[in-house]
This record gives sequence, structure tokens and C-alpha cells, in this order.
Amino acid sequence: MVEFKEDVSIVLGGAAGQGIQTVEEILTRVLKLSGYNVYANKEYMSRVRGGINTTEIRVSSKKVRAFVKRIDILIPFKRGVLPWLENRLSENTVVLGERENVEEEFMEKITFVEVPFNKMAKDVGSPLYLNTIAAGIAVGLFHGDFEILKEYLRKRFGSKGEDVVSKNIEAAEKGYSLGVKLCEEKTIGINVKKDERVKEEVLLSGTEAIALGAIAGGMNILTFYPMSPSTGVAVFSAQHAEEFEIIVEQVEDEIAAINMALGAWFAGARGMVTTSGGGFALMTEALSLAGMAENPIVIHLAQRPGPATGLPTRTLQSDLNLVLYSGHGEFPRIVLAPGSIEEAFYLTATAFNLADKYQVPVIILTDQYFVDTYYNLPEFDLSGLKVEKHIVETDENYKRYLLTEDGISPRGIPGYGKGIIVANGNEHDEWGDITEDEELSRLMQEKRAIKKLRTIRKNAMMPELIGSEEARYLVISWGSTYHVIKEALENLGREDIAFLHFKWLYPLPSTVKEVLEDKVLIDIEQNVTAQFAELLKKEFGVSVDHKILKYDGRPFSVEEILDALKGVLE
Amino acid sequence: MTSPMLFEPNRPGSKDVAWCPGCGNFGIRNILRKVFAELNLTPQEVVIISGIGQAAKMPHYIKVNGYHTLHGRSIPIATAVKASNPKLTVIAEGGDGDMYAEGGNHFLHAIRRNPDITVLIHDNQIYGLTKGQASPTTMLGMKTPTQPWGVFEEPFNPIALAIALDASFVARTFMGYFEESVGIIKKAIQHKGLAIVDIFHPCVSFNKVNTYEWYHKHTYWMEDHDPYNREEAFKRAIETDPLPLGIFYIHEKPTFEEQVMAYKKDKTPLWQRKPKFGEIKKILGAKKGF
Ligand SMILES: Cc1ncc(C[n+]2csc(CCOP(=O)(O)OP(=O)(O)O)c2C)c(N)n1
Ligand code: SF4
Repeated sequence: MVEFKEDVSIVLGGAAGQGIQTVEEILTRVLKLSGYNVYANKEYMSRVRGGINTTEIRVSSKKVRAFVKRIDILIPFKRGVLPWLENRLSENTVVLGERENVEEEFMEKITFVEVPFNKMAKDVGSPLYLNTIAAGIAVGLFHGDFEILKEYLRKRFGSKGEDVVSKNIEAAEKGYSLGVKLCEEKTIGINVKKDERVKEEVLLSGTEAIALGAIAGGMNILTFYPMSPSTGVAVFSAQHAEEFEIIVEQVEDEIAAINMALGAWFAGARGMVTTSGGGFALMTEALSLAGMAENPIVIHLAQRPGPATGLPTRTLQSDLNLVLYSGHGEFPRIVLAPGSIEEAFYLTATAFNLADKYQVPVIILTDQYFVDTYYNLPEFDLSGLKVEKHIVETDENYKRYLLTEDGISPRGIPGYGKGIIVANGNEHDEWGDITEDEELSRLMQEKRAIKKLRTIRKNAMMPELIGSEEARYLVISWGSTYHVIKEALENLGREDIAFLHFKWLYPLPSTVKEVLEDKVLIDIEQNVTAQFAELLKKEFGVSVDHKILKYDGRPFSVEEILDALKGVLE
Repeated sequence: MTSPMLFEPNRPGSKDVAWCPGCGNFGIRNILRKVFAELNLTPQEVVIISGIGQAAKMPHYIKVNGYHTLHGRSIPIATAVKASNPKLTVIAEGGDGDMYAEGGNHFLHAIRRNPDITVLIHDNQIYGLTKGQASPTTMLGMKTPTQPWGVFEEPFNPIALAIALDASFVARTFMGYFEESVGIIKKAIQHKGLAIVDIFHPCVSFNKVNTYEWYHKHTYWMEDHDPYNREEAFKRAIETDPLPLGIFYIHEKPTFEEQVMAYKKDKTPLWQRKPKFGEIKKILGAKKGF
């Protein structure tokens, strides 16, 4: 018998279009409502049909939020899945499926449990029921709540008529009882505890958290041009545009997208764009306009590996330098990178207030791994969220670019007050009119690039320290690697190592320097040149002692981080 | 009618006008001041979003709200300004290079999107600010410092193009005809939907071919033209010499703002709205179940 305790990782693999998504959806929803903690993440090829896509689902007694390399149960829907996942298999991997979908050379390596999916599906009436059977088996293995599974199928297939519903329920039953039987026969042993509280939690993806955070932050307009992996935010927003009473417009290109968002802010509304590296590259001229005109804007950039078209459906953290240094001329910006789904929600909402307060571009950096990940979490608390617009009613003498000590001029908008707003992408005087005056040019440059930056830096968010301030080793990371590193450190269980996670990447508060002093610094990033370590060097003159880098387009796994840390620690 | 003087700017920087003496841009500014006055508008309710170029400097020389932006990008910005606050009268303004070259893609797609804005193109058939290179509307054979052999690319025909794309309002005028231009631009602003007005104006510094005299000689006003007849409009649009002036085409259709979900029930300008926390809660509630 192969036994799994506390935490099981199930992987489904098949061709695009084979319905893996459906199984994943049934499984995660039904198991969550049965009281299990769940986590899911997918990996897919840049094609619409064929190829091999996989999904990892973790089911656990405790909260699970990170990708593991290990596969406990694998359900392959076609040949080729096992070779594709070769380095994630072990003798402990139970493969459930058709004999023909398991290549001969793997039989030795794994525990194979033959399940005649196709025959079972045909018995129900059509090969179409294969997915429901597979989902049923997995739910059965966990002794999940069958009533919930039935309810789910009713809801999902209800529009297709009573016959389809009852056939699906029949298929699910067949699968479910086989799953239960595999446990009773002691072929597979599963020991994962349920937690009643999980049932009341929400199941949310990174994509959805960004979109909902934007809505909570008062986003009125979302403009975009489709580009993976950022499009999901637009899809979700468009599907709810009516309830939220917002504009979601797919425009002609990324240049139009960002310029429209700038127009929205200029008129007092709140605009956001969602894009990926290539799209952001096109936006950089308008980013500079935002800098010069002190026009607020919020940009969501879901990173994928580049340069150029790169690996369109895979993950990397390699656009940090792009967002830090893009644009011509010198102007401040704020760069944020959420580490968890909760953070994605609250930080995105906050991004809008920051953009308004400082009148600068605020960039939210996520990546493919992050946006495609989901897990259960407690419902958000909306009570603390405030929309702070920082818009003033103007008088006749209003000056858009009033020179002030903190570098922030009160922002008026057209039609609100007696004043006239003249905003300008050319160097300008306090009224916004073009100037080539030496003194004014100098003052305006200093206002934007020095005074305003100083004000932002003073109020910047400190990184999150997990572990002791006294620890000898300090792991440094940013953005989406948060949970993988956290879990690896929990598994490592050493007191002498702490973790500093950055969600606010730029500008960094100057007090960060003290946290970095006298430590062995271990930088973990998903890029080839350690871009964040470079930033730390530039800002504070510190050098990291070790770099753990990954750049093959795949996310870090808990095991990889653990191994790498063991290699570094004494 | 208010006074055109209401639109005279009085900021220090707006006194030093960067246009060359004798340039057609001055005439367009006077036309606009008269138009705003005749429409009884206040400076506070008008916004001019301009691109880059000599023409695009307009927001500094007229007293209305303005945003002097990037080369070619005034249309998307203007579209969002109108969508954020439909109470504003929004004008996108720039030169022929600005609107037809760098901003060509936005020009095409704005016609499809049909926001209720007015697009004014100062068509001097040359690049002014960058000192006399050919523009998309420069005539065949014209020699310039960067086209020393003479332009051989077919000139862009914005009028025919706009009609081909079934634009909502398409007109052409020559700023040398003051009252007629006031009339046309007034109608363009009053028109519900995207209104395009191509405005001929001489560039006295760099275009030695298309002078005031040339425009007087080579243009004529359309009479008895039915702007609701697309085929007739198209026929007029492809005439080359003399070039017709007037309103070529009108097609009333729903605007961008009328069709977006944001304004289906609530007409409050977007900038005055609060986030719908109730709806977020509902979605989160649904995310607990299926
Ligand atoms: C991205 C970009 N490319 C080029 C320029 C340089 N540029 C400024 S104005 C202009 C053309 C101006 O011609 P037009 O739009 O016809 O306006 P005019 O000056 O004739 O009124 C160019 C190419 C720029 N500012 N930005
Ligand atoms: S360059 Fe030509 S268009 Fe520009 S201001 Fe001078 S005359 Fe007018």
C-alpha cells in the first residue's frame, strides 16, 4: 500500500482541450467544500489543441499555498504525460489510469493502478463522461462529500438537460465508489484531516485577486490588449463589468491602452492597464508622459519569460529592471509585487491611492505562476478599504504644477472648480505651459525626481520579516516566490535563518539597510541575472552572499528551494 | 453667446506664442474661440487634448482645460476623458503627422469606437515642428529636405478613409474661410459621436506649395450635397482638384459612452463614483461555493 499523510499532491496531465480544467475545477471546489485545504496551479504549452498541459492540485490538512515537485497521484489522460513529468515521479507516485497511457519504461518506477476510464465512461453512455469519472475517483479517495459533488454536477450541467445531469452523476458515482474501494482495499491510503472552517473560505486565483483588488481600489476603466498571462484580469473584469459599472475596453494596442488609462486619471477617474512584458515595452513612452505630466496610473504587469515573445505561457521574474528603468528621462515610480493572494487584493487596492497621492505610475508586478495559482483563504475584510482621491476643487488661480516642498502639487481635474487645468508632457511652468527657462527646468526636474521621490521613500512599506531579527542567515526574495520559500523554511526548521520578503520593491525605505547588515544574505529570484540583488547593491551598497536562481520558465518548487538552501547553509 | 475674449489665456507662459508669424494656426485659434463662445461654453467645461507638433500647442494659447500629451496619442486620451466625464466637451487636436502618421492606428480605431469627441486635424500637408519633412498628406512630387527626390508615396486621403470606415461625422474646411469654419466646427462639436474635421491651413515656413492663395484656388464649397448619402460623400471625397470643402458625411449611431456597461443604468460621471463593495462581497460569497 502507498500511504499519503497530511498533504497529497495530485497531478492531472493531458492534451489541451481534453478537459483537465474541468476535473481540476470539480476537484478543488468539491474538496474545499468538503473541508479540505486545496491549492492548484497549472502549467501549459502555448497552443490551443494538443501538446501536454498539467495541473497540480494539493489537498492538505494545513493551508497549502506552494508548488511542490513531488507527485503523489498522477492521472494521465494520454501517452506522453509520464515522460513529460519524468523528473517528478518516484516509486511512491501512484499512477491511476489506462494501461495504454503509461509508457512501458515507467512501469518499474511508479505504482500503477489500472483504471479503465474509457470502458467505465462507455458503460455510462459516452467517452465524454471520462472527466467526471476521474474527478469522482479523486473525491472518493478523500471520502469527500458526495452530495456536494452531485450538487456541483447539477449546477454545472443543469442547462444541458436532466439526462446529461443524471448521466454525469452516474459517472461520478462509479468513480467515487472506485476511489473509496481503492482505499478500503488498501491499495492507496490517504490520511488528510478536514477542517470545518475551510468550507467558509473563498477559493481565489491571483488573477481574480488583482481584478477584485482593482475594483476595491476604485478602478473605473480597464483598458488592455490581450497578452498572456495578463489577459485573465481583463477577462474577469469584463465578465463583471455590468455589476461593477466599469468600462473594460479591448483597444487597438498597448499604446492606446495606457494612454486611455492616463486620460481617465486626468479626468479624475481611475484607470488601470493589464499587460505583460512585451505590452509594457510599448507603453514606456506613455509611462514617461505619466512621469512628466504627474499623471497617476496603475499598471498590472504579469511577467513571462522574454525577451521578445519568449516563453508565452511560462513564468519568470525577469521584468524587474524593465519596470525600474523603463521610460526616458528621470521620474519616480512605485513598484509593488504581492507574495500572496491576499496581498494581491489589498496591494492592488492600495496602488490606486498611492498613484493618486503621489501622482506617479504604480506598477504591480506578478507573473504567470502567480496569476494562475489559486487556493482557499479567509474572505477579505473590506471595512478598512478607503478610496482616497486627493483631488482638489480648483480656484481661478489654480496652478497644476505648483512648486512645493514635498514635491506634490494639489491635483485638480477639468470641470471641478473655477480653475483651468493645463497638464503637459513638455517641460512646463507652474501653470503647465511650455518653458525652456533654466531655473524652472531645474526646479521642475528636482520636484519630480528628487523631492517627490524622497517623499515616497519616506512613506514606503518595509519588507516582511519572517523569523528572528537575530538570525545569522537571511533569505531575500520578492513577489510570487513568497509561499514556496516559506514552506521550504518551515520544512528546514532552523532557527538561524530568517526570511525577508519584499512586496514594495521601489523606492525602498532607507531603513532596509539596517535589516541587511551583518547577515549572510541569500537571494532567491526567478531570473538569470539576480535583478533584485543588483537593486539592493545600487540602493544600499550591500552584496548578497549567495544567489539561488531559476530561469527555465518553471516555478520554483518547495523541494528545489530546500535543496538549494541546504547546499548554502553550513 | 459669450465673448470670445473669455477664451483668451492670461498665464505668463501663454503669451509667448511659438507659432510663426502669419501661420494658419492663429486663424484656427480664433475660429475655436468664436466656436466656444457661440456654443455658450465656459472654459471649465471644455478640454483640448493635443498631441505633439506646432498645431498641438493649442492648449497653451487658448483658455480651456488642456493636456499637451505625446505625438499621436491625443485620441485615446481624449476618448477616456470623455468616458470618465461625459459632461465635458472634449476635443482631440493635432497636426496631420500627429493624427494620420504616428496616431494612424488610433484614428482608425476611434472611428470604430465612436466616442463623442471632436477630432480637429490642422492639415498643413507638412511637418512643421520638425522643420519641413513630408507628412502623410504632402502632395506627390513635393521636394523636401528629407524627400529631395520628391514625394512618391500616395497622399493619405483622410476624408475617403473616414467615410470608408463609416465614420459618424466627416468634414473638411480651410481656415482661410473664417465664418464657414466656425459653422463646421460648431456642428462637429454638437454632433453626437466622433466628429472629424480636417482643417487646411498654410504652413508659411515650410510648405511653399500649399499657400493661402493655393487653398483659395484649389478648393470649393460643396453645394446641394447630401451628407447622409454615403456613396455621394465618397465620390466627393476622392475628388482631387479642386478639393471640396464642407460636411461630407454624417452617420448618426450610438456612441462609445452610450454602449459601455458603466453607463447603462447610472449616468454619473465615472470620476464621481465609489467602488461597489457590495458587488465584491457577492462575488466573494460565490467563491465560497461553486
Ligand atoms: C514619438 C515621437 N516621434 C517623433 C517626434 C518628433 N515630432 C514632433 S512634432 C512631429 C511632426 C509634426 O507634424 P504635424 O503633426 O503635422 O504637426 P505640425 O507641427 O505640422 O503642426 C514629429 C515627427 C516626437 N515628438 N515623438
Ligand atoms: S512651422 Fe508652419 S505650421 Fe508651424 S507654426 Fe510655423 S508656419 Fe505654422
